[in-house]
Formats: sequence, C-alpha cells, structure tokens
Amino acid sequence: MKVLVPVKRVVDYNVKVRVKSDHTGVDIANVKMSMNPFDEIAVEEAVRLKEKGAATEIVAVSCGVAQCQETLRTAMAIGADRGILVQSDAELQPLAVAKLLKALADKEQPGLVILGKQAIDDDANQTGQMLAALLDWPQATNASQVEVQGDRVQVTREVDGGLETLSLSLPAIITTDLRLNEPRYVTLPNIMKAKKKPLETVTPEALGVDVAPRLKTLKVVEPPSRSAGVIVPDVATLVDKLKNEAKVV
Amino acid sequence: MSILVIAEHDNARLGAATRNVVAAAAAIGGEVHVLVAGGGARAVAEEAAQVASVSKVLLADGPSLAEGLAENLAAQVLAVAGGHSHILFAATASGKNVAPRVAARLDVAQISDIVAVESADTFVRPIYAGNALATVQSADATQVITVRTTAFDPVAATGGSAAIESIEAVADAGKSRFEGRELAKSDRPDLTAATVVVSGGRGLGSAENFKILDPLADKLGAALGASRAAVDAGYAPNDWQVGQTGKIVAPQLYVAVGISGAIQHLAGMKDSKVIVAINKDAEAPIFGVADYGLVADLFQAVPELVQAL
Repeated sequence: MKVLVPVKRVVDYNVKVRVKSDHTGVDIANVKMSMNPFDEIAVEEAVRLKEKGAATEIVAVSCGVAQCQETLRTAMAIGADRGILVQSDAELQPLAVAKLLKALADKEQPGLVILGKQAIDDDANQTGQMLAALLDWPQATNASQVEVQGDRVQVTREVDGGLETLSLSLPAIITTDLRLNEPRYVTLPNIMKAKKKPLETVTPEALGVDVAPRLKTLKVVEPPSRSAGVIVPDVATLVDKLKNEAKVV
Repeated sequence: MSILVIAEHDNARLGAATRNVVAAAAAIGGEVHVLVAGGGARAVAEEAAQVASVSKVLLADGPSLAEGLAENLAAQVLAVAGGHSHILFAATASGKNVAPRVAARLDVAQISDIVAVESADTFVRPIYAGNALATVQSADATQVITVRTTAFDPVAATGGSAAIESIEAVADAGKSRFEGRELAKSDRPDLTAATVVVSGGRGLGSAENFKILDPLADKLGAALGASRAAVDAGYAPNDWQVGQTGKIVAPQLYVAVGISGAIQHLAGMKDSKVIVAINKDAEAPIFGVADYGLVADLFQAVPELVQAL
C-alpha cells in the first residue's frame, strides 16, 4: 500500500509572529520556517506503517514556494521514499490544496493519505476533511492510534470528552493529533540519504487545478493585548482580591 | 436569506455550544434554521425548537446519523443546504470534522473559528495561535463557517417556538463504521462552557499530584483543564488540553497552577475574564497575562487556597 503524506512549510512553532505595520498580514520574512508539527507526526506514522509492513511506499507532497523542497527533504530524512512539490507562489488556501492533493491522489492511487490535523499558521483544520470529501473517501480526524487491518484501518480519535474508535474501509484519509506518536530525530546520515531521493516538481496548471483564493484577507491586526496584573504576596490577599475586587468567587 | 445551524448533541440533549452558534447566526441576520441530525434525537429537536431566535428545526432521525459519522452527517447537511446562505457549525470536534467536508462538496471555502461577524460575507478569525486576527471576506455563494463559541454569548434556551419539520435521514455511506467511544464520566462542568476553570501544568509533577487540584475545582465548581506539557507527560487526559490545538476556553475565572504559559497555551485561555496564576517561577510568562499572580510552591498554596475559599 502506498501512503501519501502532505507536508506544509510553516513559521516554526517557537517563533512569535508580528503583524505587519500596514496590516496586510504577518511578517514572515527572515523567520525560521519548519515542517508543520502535525505533518511531522503524519510522516512518522507513515514510516512506522512501512516498518510494520503495512505500507510499501511513502510519497511526501508539499504545495507552495520553491523552498518547500527543504520541507520535503526533511520528510524524506524521516523516511519518506520520494517527494512531489506542487510549486506555486500564489496564496494556497485549504480548498485549493485539497484539490491539488486530489489530483495527485488520482494519479498516485494511495491506499491512505495521512495529514496533520491543522497547520499552525492559518489554524484552519480543513484540508484533510476537504480532500476526503473530494475523493469521496472515509475520514478519521484527530487520530491518536492507527492500525491497518487488511482492507480496513482502525483509528482511535481524540474527540470532545474522550476517545472514539472508527473502522474505515481503505482507501481512507487520516489526520493526526499530538498523541499519535513522537517523531524520531533526523540523523545526519538520513539527511544525506534524503538528498539523493527523487523529488519531482509539478505546477497547479499541469494538474489542471484552479488555485485562486476564495477568501480575501482585508486586514490583519494584533489581538487586544492583555496586560499583566499584580503579584499578590500570599493566598489570603489572593482570596480577598478575588472576592472583593474581581468579584468572581 | 436563511442560515442553517448544525446542532451539537448526544441524541439526548442539545449541546450548549449550539446556542452560541445561534447567536452568531443572529449577528449575521436572517432566519435561523437548526438541523438536528441524529438517531432517536427527537428530544433534541424539541429542545432546539425552544431556543430563542430559531424559526425552524429540521429533524433528520435515523441509524446512519446516530454516531455522528462525518461522511453521513456531511451528506445530511448537503441534502438540506440548498436555499441557505450560511451553514454554521460550532468549532468543536464534531463541527470541525464535518464543516470542511460540506464546504468542499459545495466547492466553497470554509471559514474556521470565527470570533466576530463584520457583515454577511466578512468575518474575523484568529490565526497563528491567536497572535493575529484576520478579517476575511468570502466571494462564495454559500458561507460554511465554524464558530468559536466563547466569542458569542449564547441566546436564551427558551422563548422560541419553532416548528419541527421531519426530513428523511440519508442512507449510510458504508465506508466508515463506528466501533466504540470512551467518554470520561465527570460531574464537573464541561470545560468549554464552565464559568470557572482550574488548569494544571508540568509543575504538578505527576498524575497522582494532579489530584491536588480536585478539592480546588470542587470548591469553585470548576472544570479541570491542563497544559499540553501536562497532557503529554500523562498527568491529565488529552481532552483536558487547553490551547491552540486543544480546547479554547474563556471562563469568568481561570486558575493556572504550575503552568509556565507557552504561547500555544495562552492561545486557549487568554480571553478569560480573570486569570490567576500560581507558579514558583517568578519569571514564568503566565504572569504576563495573569490578573493576579502568586509566586509560591503550588503544593502549599493550593491546599491553603482551598481552606481560605
């Protein structure tokens, strides 16, 4: 079974982004970029499926600017076999990415597509579900456990209030949650090996996908900031403040 | 123009989040219809019919909808989508699971987690863990939206008298099967709807130590939450996680115990009305957003606080 793993290049999770002074967006020039953490978990899960013999080939895909090649190389250093870059300088919104991935899925015929549940830049949490809809495949989002069983996959999902288990017929879409696995450290020999793995570049036009954004960003502003309050010396003062000043207890 | 709100429920009761979503629908303006899609969920429809601002309740009741499977639920929403300008879901596990599926089928964008309505096609939503707020305008014919419930005060649970219209439930898509559910049983209020939340972080040190928060939560009638660090370390169950990719809460009082305050955590609680932080590290970033900070050993301060309340 072939596994397709889409990976997104995002601002590193340790970077606190700043809103541009002209309010057109956030400033991502010269900040550290990394693979979206949930996508790293997705790559790791695919590699584990291959190690267990449930998957035979892992294809990493990234949609975006030329530098997404670095993200693909990271995926290949974790263990993906090859990479596909859908290169575009346009703003790619989740629906457009889902359509690009559908075009690639039609071509590659994977048994499973594993995606991160959400990218930490736009926080949309949409692409996996949209891809499932476009392919008319079943989906299991927020996965915390994945087990391939013949022509089905059993997935435990994190839901409000606890866990839920679904059994999906393959091919299927899975999106990863934090507790699915802990991605391995990438070793230098694997980084070197990844450089030799095949990386193909295609364009949205070649895939026949219109990626024009549907949502227009009118402005981006800083949220109202919350200023620090007071440090109280002891529990008694805290209780007094909560009762008499904040009046919340 | 009419707005379709997808009800949150467990087939027995209407989820509180639905009333926040109805409030967002009312802010957009127009007739509000509520879709209750479930199995044996008539009581939910009757409850929804009482909700203020709701003019019609659509009840799709059948076994295919009993477990909230995304494939069937999305198909049910699509079956009644026609004629609605907006389709609104709560930004909950269920809403986030289904809304993008509906949007993709309609070939429209989905707008996630809105916190304000500017006009019928323009909405405000947080990006980058809430470090920026984007105002986005949609060019699509239908708006498919998830609503951050903490950003909209719920409409009244009663006062409405909507008609209930039964519609045919969709057939099972046959591609996914519900196997089981393990839901934590708790007498505490729901984390996302609680007026007081007591959260613990890595500072608690163990699952055993985490129990020190129980008497405090009991005293305050609070829900219990946790930072990602505490959940990752196994001190607390994963559905307690408050933060960018966990639950978003905005209670009247948020008590952060042994939580340092990573930006991902702050993203989930900084809209709380009053924030109290208890941490032995005076430099912890949580103090930067706390109204009241107590620099102390939590193992002494928490029992003392329980005594004093």
